[in-house]
Amino acid sequence: MGAEFVQFSLTPILIGVLASIACALPGNFLVLRRQALIGDAISHVVLPGIVVAFLLTASVAALPMLIGAAGAAIVAVILIEAIKRLGRIEPGAAMGVTFTTLFAGGVLLLEQTDTSSVHIDVEHALMGNLETLIWFRADGWGSLLDPVALASLPPELPRMAVTAAILTVLTLVFWRWLKISTFDEGFARTLGLPVGAIGLGLVIAAAVAAVAAFDAVGSIIVIAMFICPPAAARLMTNRLEHQVLWSVGFATLSAVLGYVLAGYGPLWLGGSNAVSAAGMIAAVSGLILGLACLFAPHRARVGVGREDAG
Amino acid sequence: MEGFADALLLRAGYNAALVGVGAALLGFAAGASGSFMFLRKRALVSDAVAHATLPGVGLAFIAMVMLGGDGRWLPGLLAGSALSAWVGLLVVEWITRRTRLPEDTAIGAVLSVFFGIGIVLLTVIQSMSSGRQAGLEDFLLGATAGMLYQDAVVIAAGGTLAVLATWILRRPMTLVAFDAEYAAASGYDVRRIDLAMMGLVLAVTVIGLKIVGLILIVAMLIIPPVTARFWTDRSDRLIWVAGASGGLAGYFGAAISASAPALPTGPIIVLVAAALFIVSLFLAPVRGVLAALLRHRRFQHRVHLRQGLLALARGDRILEPYTIRVLQAEGLARADGVATEAGRARAARIARDERRWAVAREVHQDSGLTGRYDGLTPIEQVFTPDEIAEFDRRLGGPTPVGGA
Amino acid sequence: MQGAQASEPRLVLTSDASASPAAIPASAPLAIRGLTVSYGERPAVFSVDATFPEEAMTAIIGPNGAGKSTLLKAALGVIPRLSGDIRVFGDPVDLARDRIAYVPQRASVDWDFPTTVMDVVLMGLYRRVGLLGRMTGAHRAKAQDCLDRVGMAEFADRQIGQLSGGQQQRVFLARALAQDAELYLLDEPFAGVDAATERAIIDVLKALKAQRKAVIAVHHDLATVRAYFDHVFLINVRSIAEGPVETAFTAETLHATYGGKLAATHLDQLSLTGV
Repeated sequence: MGAEFVQFSLTPILIGVLASIACALPGNFLVLRRQALIGDAISHVVLPGIVVAFLLTASVAALPMLIGAAGAAIVAVILIEAIKRLGRIEPGAAMGVTFTTLFAGGVLLLEQTDTSSVHIDVEHALMGNLETLIWFRADGWGSLLDPVALASLPPELPRMAVTAAILTVLTLVFWRWLKISTFDEGFARTLGLPVGAIGLGLVIAAAVAAVAAFDAVGSIIVIAMFICPPAAARLMTNRLEHQVLWSVGFATLSAVLGYVLAGYGPLWLGGSNAVSAAGMIAAVSGLILGLACLFAPHRARVGVGREDAG
Repeated sequence: MEGFADALLLRAGYNAALVGVGAALLGFAAGASGSFMFLRKRALVSDAVAHATLPGVGLAFIAMVMLGGDGRWLPGLLAGSALSAWVGLLVVEWITRRTRLPEDTAIGAVLSVFFGIGIVLLTVIQSMSSGRQAGLEDFLLGATAGMLYQDAVVIAAGGTLAVLATWILRRPMTLVAFDAEYAAASGYDVRRIDLAMMGLVLAVTVIGLKIVGLILIVAMLIIPPVTARFWTDRSDRLIWVAGASGGLAGYFGAAISASAPALPTGPIIVLVAAALFIVSLFLAPVRGVLAALLRHRRFQHRVHLRQGLLALARGDRILEPYTIRVLQAEGLARADGVATEAGRARAARIARDERRWAVAREVHQDSGLTGRYDGLTPIEQVFTPDEIAEFDRRLGGPTPVGGA
Repeated sequence: MQGAQASEPRLVLTSDASASPAAIPASAPLAIRGLTVSYGERPAVFSVDATFPEEAMTAIIGPNGAGKSTLLKAALGVIPRLSGDIRVFGDPVDLARDRIAYVPQRASVDWDFPTTVMDVVLMGLYRRVGLLGRMTGAHRAKAQDCLDRVGMAEFADRQIGQLSGGQQQRVFLARALAQDAELYLLDEPFAGVDAATERAIIDVLKALKAQRKAVIAVHHDLATVRAYFDHVFLINVRSIAEGPVETAFTAETLHATYGGKLAATHLDQLSLTGV
């Protein structure tokens, strides 16, 4: 478990954990705002974003891909908002129209261009390549202190670490604004808070997390982590502060357990090939949510106020 | 272009014709059944349904191979996908009913987790000896190229059945979609009708899997109803308009796709549907953006004109710049807000209107008509000339403008 | 009614008032000029002028759909307005946010939100503490004191969804108290609450008035107007009448506001004269 673990499993696990946390943090507020599916919409439009970026730059370098994906996410968010307001269409339907159309455009562009030689394809966008993000130069725990080995870390790791750190800082700094505008928008307006900008900022932060994460881990994890850990956490506690901590814990657990199960599970069952780590992480997060739905202390809708408020 | 015309006129070969007709029928069924979900404000349930088909496809493949058959047998795969989508639906319903989590969270959780499990199963299949060429990726994005005759038949027959089922169930489903409480009070079993609606969506999804893929079938369930919403306010018409727009998108999309090699059917159908949506969003006569914008401008103009004249009639200073601009544009006031000759005359008429309303509200205290006193309704629209003459008699002589 | 005598007393309509409403007293806690709000093509509130007095409790009264809550929300900028000028103590609303406390309708928030009673009251201090300022023990003590004033001290750690409707309303009031404002705006504070809560709320509001604060509440129980308020503003899309309860809350003004919707028997119970 020493050197081999550091070389082949440490970095993918860390990247998975960081990606899961980066998505779960904004996910808490999206779930409470009944916008859980914005994560679904964002992760679908990542595909057209990277295809357009490839067509424009003719390269598969990370930076143009990330910019393309982020651009597509922001375009999608604006389109959803525009369709909702201009057409007076309910949010779910506006999301559905936007992301499916953009996704269709992405698939069409992909078929029209010869991208078969390069490694952007739908499956990669969906599943990511977590398993391949290994640390070649590592030869044991000592490599953590070896600058030469550290320089060869997969670039996804520092990128994901920075993203997770930014989202953590944003969550802490804007905690009060997020909390009050989510709970009581009217009151937040009377305090003079920029309620519209807070909502848009949250969605853009979620888009940034999704885009940074999808390249490493694929969009399935992104959607699952936006929703499952926060939803399970909601059922564990009645305090927002604790909910966010629980969600971080669940996200970490899903990533670690999912990766380990995907890598070693089939071997234990007598198989020979590992299965998709991204898919397994999503499945584990679903399992945690399922257990929370069955046993968590605050799973049921209770309270007198609720019935007579309706 | 010639290829497109051929495909459009069903001359591009038997399979292509079958696919074209099948896509049209499927589009119609998707638009119509999607309308029910849209009216219930649950459009994205179809998203969960579509994603939840994937594990079923994988499991069916594995099961069929283990039983020694061909894993790619379409009816078997579709049956598996229907089963797992149904389980997904039940889980969405169970989470929403049994826990405090809202429906959108349940939808998102089910779609991501089921999809994740599906991907895990696909990687399992890829490692099986018979799985290398399984072609199950087609279920993600759809493919009509190389579609077998029997696949085309499944789609055409399935589309026909779905249209029939929509027709048969249209009344109870419209009722529930429009007003679930009323439907329950009238003795309908709302939960069962809801499940029937979802069953229909599920059937459409499963039939559409092979042709447009599981991600884009969602588009066929959502976009046509939203398009139709711009053309009608009546839920019964909405279903048929949505069906028609979905059918058009399916037919034209299939034809365009058949006319050139690098045009995948699924995305093309979706983009045709999206084009219909965009045209409707902007140009629909009543609910379209252009019409609404013009109407809002006119309304705002009316409100400010009326308020400005009221202020002139009372001799008040006008505070808002926009009001002054409106009055100025109509030649009723100068830039400094002082009334012109025409402005004073109009203001006098408004003042008379207001005084008539004051009398009317005294006289008709119990009639409920006075509820129309909203500032914009001319008194002539509410009362007869005789009644107005009576108000004038009570008012006595005219009062000078500007003083009150 | 058509044959009624012309000698009937005329309504004192705000739009007929001889004093020019354009002159806004700088001391008025809330002054509204030409406010129009519309949902779609129908005005919910049309060209309303209103001046609310200092050191008084004012009820905004009118039938359902008359625009009472809309008036309050538009005045505070919670919903957009088509036209109108709003002044709070002579200043535009945005410059006077520190002097306003608002109690929204209970149904307007998600009571399933994961937060405690204490947390909600502390939200009243957010503007003063700022985005990153520390919530100190003194702030908590203040919030606890506000809960005490509405009789909810022992519920501080309860999740808000576990409260009764009346208790939720009291928590909202405690949050407004924590804001230490000069103008208190309440949207239907007595809607659907129990008698004990109604008593508790009115005691707090009267105490506020005694501290020379202005209180404005959307109210729809005509039977309690005289007991609770000293000033009324009657509205039915347009402003109908305003003034002290004794002169402005009469059978005439109520008829003008409610039209046929107000049964004669109801008016009898209010022991009003003049019909």
